[in-house]
Amino acid sequence: MTTMTTLAAGSDRAAAMPSTAPLLAASGIHVELGGQAILRDVEVRVGRGEVVGLVGPNGAGKSTLLRVVTGLLDPSAGEVAIGGDALDALPRRELARRVAVVQQLPEAPATMRVRDLVVLGRHPHLGLLANESRHDFDIAAEAMRRAGCEQFADRELGSLSGGERRRAFIARALAQEAPLLLLDEPTSNLDAHAQVEILELVTELAAGGSGVLLVVHDLTLAAAYCDRVVLLDRGEVVAEGPPSDVVTPEHMQRVYGSGVTVLPHPASGAPVVIPSRLES
Amino acid sequence: MARESLGARMGEAVAPPPAARAAWLPRAVPRAPGPALAAAVLLVVVALVALTQGAADIPPATVLRILLDRLPMVTIDVTVPATQETIVLDIRLPRVIAAGAVGAALALSGASYQGVFRNPLAGPFLLGVASGAALGAAIAIISPLSTDAYGFGWVPVFAFAGALGTVVLVYLLATGGGGVDSTTLILAGVALSAVFGAATAFILLTGGEQARPIFSFLFGGFNTSNWERIGWAMPYLIVGTVIVAMHARVLNVLQLDEDQASQLGVPVTRTKLIVLAAASLTAATAVAIAGVIGFVGLIVPHAVRLAFGGDHRRLLPLAALFGASFLILVDLLARTMLSPQEVPVGVLTALLGGPFFLWLLRTRRAAPL
Repeated sequence: MTTMTTLAAGSDRAAAMPSTAPLLAASGIHVELGGQAILRDVEVRVGRGEVVGLVGPNGAGKSTLLRVVTGLLDPSAGEVAIGGDALDALPRRELARRVAVVQQLPEAPATMRVRDLVVLGRHPHLGLLANESRHDFDIAAEAMRRAGCEQFADRELGSLSGGERRRAFIARALAQEAPLLLLDEPTSNLDAHAQVEILELVTELAAGGSGVLLVVHDLTLAAAYCDRVVLLDRGEVVAEGPPSDVVTPEHMQRVYGSGVTVLPHPASGAPVVIPSRLES
Repeated sequence: MARESLGARMGEAVAPPPAARAAWLPRAVPRAPGPALAAAVLLVVVALVALTQGAADIPPATVLRILLDRLPMVTIDVTVPATQETIVLDIRLPRVIAAGAVGAALALSGASYQGVFRNPLAGPFLLGVASGAALGAAIAIISPLSTDAYGFGWVPVFAFAGALGTVVLVYLLATGGGGVDSTTLILAGVALSAVFGAATAFILLTGGEQARPIFSFLFGGFNTSNWERIGWAMPYLIVGTVIVAMHARVLNVLQLDEDQASQLGVPVTRTKLIVLAAASLTAATAVAIAGVIGFVGLIVPHAVRLAFGGDHRRLLPLAALFGASFLILVDLLARTMLSPQEVPVGVLTALLGGPFFLWLLRTRRAAPL
């Protein structure tokens, strides 16, 4: 009966996390790969109910930062805390109960059915020898309902469209009941309608108490859906704050060069970033 | 009114819609016992049929009587000629059990390799594990080591070392850029097989009379199976099987890419190494019992996956059961088709498995893991 509540606000495990601590607090992150600095003194924080956008040009270090905060890559310096506890002090399973990740191009067997994929999200809650209980199936069903993949729950992944596939993996992440969600380019390669649907879902999850860190290329979408935006360029944070403070003509000029124009949205007034021809 | 609609909305939000749950549950549980029971019954029937067939003409009723008499609490008064009893209990039964155990072990290890490498072409034979084990066995056979040191033979120890060493080598060769490249994997296995095969041939040619038993490794079969060999092999098989079975659900998670599995809380490298070691122990023991018998570890798990899906909690037991039935049947064929001459079982499985593998290569895109 509490499925919805736990999905929205994170698991009952989340209660074990200090409720005042930010879901994600990374500071002073340095990453060097092959003698080259990929990230320099980067700081990111995500609180409960917050959608934070990580934006910047290709090669700015967005994906590297995501790997660092999910424990896949050790930074050369800096600290990452998840729910107030140091990342490297958390057992892997506990980390997976606190953070759910949807990669940009996640792999899974083409013959795997959607619901079987979603149930795998329960793994961090199951012991080595345990099988899923009724409770786990209920949570997976609810995750599929929220991510809007009930209609194709029985289909194989190989038969899904890009948008459906994205939803399936988001449902898998929701089944983890982790209070913090990290989504890497959840809208890339999707049509405009599917993009908006996914981001509406993200907003809804944050409204339920989750924290979301979103890597996005599309600055207009980032500005429309994020509470805060972190602008990365060449491994450094150029600006951080509400979209209207970050997605400005000055910052865009500095990071993207003269190829983009920033206009206010005719209805909402939020910044809209459009490519402009260089010579005009 | 407003409060009511708010309450209704919250009620709707809090309770999962029953329709979603009902449609979801029954088909989501992959552990219905039906197929496993059917496979177990099939295995018993196949084993009984195999026991009644052979050079000596013993009626099925007599075979049954001999077997039933051996069960605890059962006494049958009808006397059976001692020679017939010896044939059934000391020649045919160990042979059938050995074939079943080896078939189950090869299919189980094949299913594990396929799961760990996320590749339906992986198998103990193609990964070079079998030829690595054969080389290990060959070295043990010609080495001055006593063949029954510490109560168990050195042959299985060396075979295991050869199998495990090969799988680690193949894995290292195929690992690059965070993933395992399936083409490199198969090619590395094939290349190592060639090298190990050549080394085994060299030992065979220079080893003289002492090296003769190596032949039985290269053309696997069960004509030398006996209770003693089954006795020492069983502990290895049981340990390997139990370890693999414990990781059945985790193997499902490993069907996602390594980053995802890791982000779901799986210690990826450690889990893979444990399962590979257990699968290699199982495969190496199978080789130590019966020599190199190819393709069983490829065909059986693949067919089971096609028929029953990729959940390892169902795939592993079914692969083991069908693998046992399959190899008992092939061995029956091997000892009866050209009777009194025996065809090496490894020759038959290669004749059956080679074409299957080629078919698999052609249709792989249509039926991936």
